[in-house]
Amino acid sequence: MAQNYYQKEIETMSAEEMRKLQSEKLVKQVKHVYENVEYYRNLMDEKGLKPEDIKGIEDLHKLPFLTKADLRDAYPYGLLAKPLEDCVRIQSTSGTTGRRVVAFYTQKDVDLWEDCCARAIVAAGGSNKDVCQVAYGYGLFTGGPGLNGGSHKVGCLTLPMSSGNTERQIQFMTDLSATILCCTPSYAAYIGETLKEQGYKPEDIPLKAGIFGAEPWTEEMRRGIENTLGIKAYDIYGLTETTGPGVAFECSEQTGMHINEDHFYAEIIDPDTGEVLPEGSKGELVFTSLDKEAFPLLRYRTRDICVLSRKKCSCGRTLVKMAKPMGRTDDMLIIRGVNVFPSQIETVLLNEGYEPNYQIIVDRVNNNDTFEVNVEMTAEKFTDKLSDIIAMEKSLANAMKTMLGINPSVHLVAPKSIARSEGKAVRVIDKRKLI
Amino acid sequence: MAIKQLTVYVQNKKGAMASLTDVLAKNDVNIRALSIAETEDFGLLRIIVDNETAATKILEENSYLIKAIDVVGVKIGDKPGALTGALDVLDKAGIDVEYLYAFMARTEKHAYVVLRVEDNGAAEAALEGAGYHLITNADICKL
Repeated sequence: MAQNYYQKEIETMSAEEMRKLQSEKLVKQVKHVYENVEYYRNLMDEKGLKPEDIKGIEDLHKLPFLTKADLRDAYPYGLLAKPLEDCVRIQSTSGTTGRRVVAFYTQKDVDLWEDCCARAIVAAGGSNKDVCQVAYGYGLFTGGPGLNGGSHKVGCLTLPMSSGNTERQIQFMTDLSATILCCTPSYAAYIGETLKEQGYKPEDIPLKAGIFGAEPWTEEMRRGIENTLGIKAYDIYGLTETTGPGVAFECSEQTGMHINEDHFYAEIIDPDTGEVLPEGSKGELVFTSLDKEAFPLLRYRTRDICVLSRKKCSCGRTLVKMAKPMGRTDDMLIIRGVNVFPSQIETVLLNEGYEPNYQIIVDRVNNNDTFEVNVEMTAEKFTDKLSDIIAMEKSLANAMKTMLGINPSVHLVAPKSIARSEGKAVRVIDKRKLI
Repeated sequence: MAIKQLTVYVQNKKGAMASLTDVLAKNDVNIRALSIAETEDFGLLRIIVDNETAATKILEENSYLIKAIDVVGVKIGDKPGALTGALDVLDKAGIDVEYLYAFMARTEKHAYVVLRVEDNGAAEAALEGAGYHLITNADICKL
């Protein structure tokens, strides 16, 4: 298969040249951050580090890490490196203990993000002859805006559908002959099932490729989607803290995702010691933003566990590849594409006057995530009126929806009925068989 | 005048009800009246027992979630339209009934209705004013 690239020079650059480019960018970026972000300057000062100590990528390991807790402490402006008048956009994602992560973008930041998404679309075979249906959510969530921008850059006819309203998705897909579908894998599977129920055969569906991400999915799920829709399904990776989707993307080889390492330098560390691990080791993925202006996170710990590889790729790209993340170092769940921390549920319960005795049960039924929260009823809240208890469940579900952005089904259960193993309650039961 | 009712939270699981009634039986507590409201996940068992102090103690010891409240008990005739008559009285007095359940006596030609309302005093006054006879826990135990 003939290969096309969106930015060939970068995507096929030799390892030596790439490292040189990264080193130059890093030196500038550390200076920019040190001068403009007091929060990070304090972290560097604590270590006795000055920007001049960072002479290239080989010195990166000296820099302090940033974690989700730092984002929370610095919310909302503490990590901003540009005046607000230079910023043109925010995107946001749910964070721990209820505070959302807000990431800022200058126009240049938006451009480089959209370039990253454009690289992903071209790697999936996209060109200006394609009709690209973006069925990720639009809004604060990065999925829709990111792929929308990438699709514009490639010159595809962009269908800004956002998620949901499957009937309408199908109508536009078939009437306007969409060739590329971008959405979460579970939504792709759902659209596929709906098309099948409506009597569509894979060969009747105009799509040729799909770019799916924002939640974990398996190889089996990939084959299922590919067979139902008659397409090739490509994985895409990203996080709002770094930029959004497009931090890494899959090529025709489908054996891992190329990291756009000219913008985002990746390290794998031992999550316990923080020590950088050699290529091929399994550990926590850490990103350093080399170009971003407004929200340039240095050594941001993603909590995703994965492996990097520089093995030669048949697509011709030399960009380092990351394996699909194999797990998390914390207890974050991704449900229907949304980050959910058990600590957020705990916060809601305490706010609403419940004891933090709860259990989250996640499953996947017909390729869609189900999300249930069992909460132990308290003696103070218990009443003989059924309607009051149902109202309590509804009000808890609403409070959780406000916090998380997705709707759980809440059940008030008997006290002490939530299973405790060795005295500690099991907070999360994830029945989804993904890996 | 009121009647003490115990409401017990029962998980909607096989055997849950039997283990609850077993706890009461083993401690010689007799259930005189019973009603249950259920959802898919749980049931609210509302009972009137012959010894609510003992029942409360045993159930609490066994980690059951219970709530004791006062409800109104009224004696009505055991014939068609008797319940309607009593409910009309409450309706006219502007009293909403949350829920109710009824049972019959073994010997007399009467039925008894347990009513859950917001204001017991108002309901009792309305019923008594209309000539109804109210009942207590002691009455229920004698039936």
